[in-house]
Amino acid sequence: MKNFLGIASLILLLAGSGTVLASGGGVPLQNAHVDLSDTASLQRGAKLFVNYCLSCHSAHFMRYNRVGRDLGISEELLQEHLMFASEKSGEVMKVAMSIEDGARWFGVAPPDLSVIARSRGANWLYTYFLSFYEDSNPSRPFGVNNLVFKDVGMPHVLWKLQGRQVPVYAEDAHGNKHIERLELKEPGTLSADEYRRAMRDLTNFLVYVGEPAKLVRYGIGFWVLLFLAGFFLLTRLLYKEYWKDLH
Amino acid sequence: MKNILICLLGWVDDRFPLTKLWNEHLAKYYAPRNFNFWYFFGSLALLVLVMQLLTGIWLTMHYKPDAERAFASVEYIMRDVDWGWLIRYLHSTGASAFFVVVYLHMFRGLVYGSFKQPRELIWLFGMLIYMLLMAEAFMGYLLPWGQMSFWGAQVIISLFGALPFGIGEALSLWIRGDYVVSDATLNRFFSLHVIALPLVLVGLVAAHVMALHEVGSNNPDGVEIKKVKGSDGIPKDGIPFHPYYTVKDIMGVVAFLFFFAFVVFFVPEMGGWFLEHANFVPANPLKTPEHIAPVWYFTPFYAILRAIPDKLLGVMAMGGSIGCLFLLPWIDRHPVKSIRYRSPLFFWLITVFILCFVILGYLGTQPATMVFTETGFRLAELYFTFFLILAIYSREDRGAGAYISWFVVLAGALVVIDFLRFDPVKSSLIMGSALLPLAYLAVFLLGPAFTRLNESRPVPERVVWK
Repeated sequence: MKNFLGIASLILLLAGSGTVLASGGGVPLQNAHVDLSDTASLQRGAKLFVNYCLSCHSAHFMRYNRVGRDLGISEELLQEHLMFASEKSGEVMKVAMSIEDGARWFGVAPPDLSVIARSRGANWLYTYFLSFYEDSNPSRPFGVNNLVFKDVGMPHVLWKLQGRQVPVYAEDAHGNKHIERLELKEPGTLSADEYRRAMRDLTNFLVYVGEPAKLVRYGIGFWVLLFLAGFFLLTRLLYKEYWKDLH
Repeated sequence: MKNILICLLGWVDDRFPLTKLWNEHLAKYYAPRNFNFWYFFGSLALLVLVMQLLTGIWLTMHYKPDAERAFASVEYIMRDVDWGWLIRYLHSTGASAFFVVVYLHMFRGLVYGSFKQPRELIWLFGMLIYMLLMAEAFMGYLLPWGQMSFWGAQVIISLFGALPFGIGEALSLWIRGDYVVSDATLNRFFSLHVIALPLVLVGLVAAHVMALHEVGSNNPDGVEIKKVKGSDGIPKDGIPFHPYYTVKDIMGVVAFLFFFAFVVFFVPEMGGWFLEHANFVPANPLKTPEHIAPVWYFTPFYAILRAIPDKLLGVMAMGGSIGCLFLLPWIDRHPVKSIRYRSPLFFWLITVFILCFVILGYLGTQPATMVFTETGFRLAELYFTFFLILAIYSREDRGAGAYISWFVVLAGALVVIDFLRFDPVKSSLIMGSALLPLAYLAVFLLGPAFTRLNESRPVPERVVWK
């Protein structure tokens, strides 16, 4: 039994250390502290998502009524506050913009965001939202760049909320210039703390959209494990009962 | 009621060997009484096989093998199909669990000498199952049609292209059914994954179990229990598989399911080891990912492939690394089966081999830097040398001279290989890392020549059982 536990814990340890394919462009990622049990945060995130992201990015695998059901939003509220691009609540979150137009306007078509949290990771998304800065290089069509996604094609659509950030440069021992940190040059409609909270809400929502089953998975898993633990004791008693006959 | 059932059984037995099969394989199949922890994994492999078949059938009801729709249909299963997420995670976790269980099962066979005479065919069937399982997993991994599905398949299929005389190109074209991995590839992989390979797999598993029940199970002492029989003709150290091992294996199944369910419900991606993050981006033939890594169960062999700069030699080495395992019964012919009674050096030989395999597996997931590739090369050398030393250890009556000559020959071969592949850019790396295989050879070949560390202990007549 000891062996079994040893191997099992070794395998589970791998799960923790696994960053086989995470990419962050060398910038340390900030922790988004995602919490899917925080329904209010998910609802605020949904609002941000439909208002700021859904004009260009679709979430092709997510249905409005699923969002409503999972986040406790009634059909009326859904129609009124979240559904700008569709009429029927059973529809998926699509956008009016065609892929061709997207590619022409932004250089690359804005990707679908259904499972973006699963490929990029929550912390990457959170850091990405916080890391836009002004870049006057003429090659930047929208005048902004991003620390974790260099030369990103996307404009900083949330700049009114966050304000304008500029980079502060530092020189290392070899005289190479690099961005040390970002500084708020002109505040937006939200304070720095409020913006962080809003981005956490948005990240939270994207994690939910990435896998809606996550809302129920942990709860069911707990009962399954509890049952198996109890059942194991029974099977162990059965085993002992049979084997005590052997001498 | 009971009478009716007995009558019914009699009626069936007159027409089909039901009771006979039950007795031969369960109630009157006598297994050694001293099975330990390592003997759970055979029945667990069977459990995972059944689970993969069942979840696979249900996934097939909803999945679309079409390059345009495959990725979306997987997400459809995850969201719109009732309990689809659970079925899919059981299947994806089951794939990795299959390899965990099979690797532990093979390890058991390796250390207790279960592959040795008269169980060579069981081992061969098992190796065929393992090969088929790799093909099955590889083809299944293409089906979600994510970036890693696509590019992983592209890389692996292009390996066939290394074969000379134009055979390679023609072969990889034939496998893909197109010049790149495409809809045609997806369709045939789907067909092979859900019909052809499972069919053969189930047949081979039946052959594996039949061969086992013909000769009888080995055990942690490596003692043949059939040699000591009671007056009733039953091995004295044997107990009926049913009920003793059925109740024990049920306990093992539940313990296994506990850990399995933990992964399914709490960490189905296993931090990117079971489901790679990049596979949540739909396949894009125009965009090569910066880092392509196969899933963990292939990575030891992938690391060996990458460690060798020449593509054809690399492919041959990778094939050879699996081929060596096939030949194990004819490589290790030492009369003592179990590691319990073999020499201390044999114990360390196995330990180093397992370490090599695990570290190679890690290297296979990492980008191929100069240091990693060189480490991979050295570990590949140890991997192959392991089999040579096993063969040399097969006889214990060799004199010191024989071991010393082997040491000189193999060390010489290593130096020649390093000379042939010498590269001034990494000269210090090559010369420094050469110490690893040299130390390995010194310990395992000069050890038996100058110490008594390679002497086996006497094997008892009967199994040891408290």
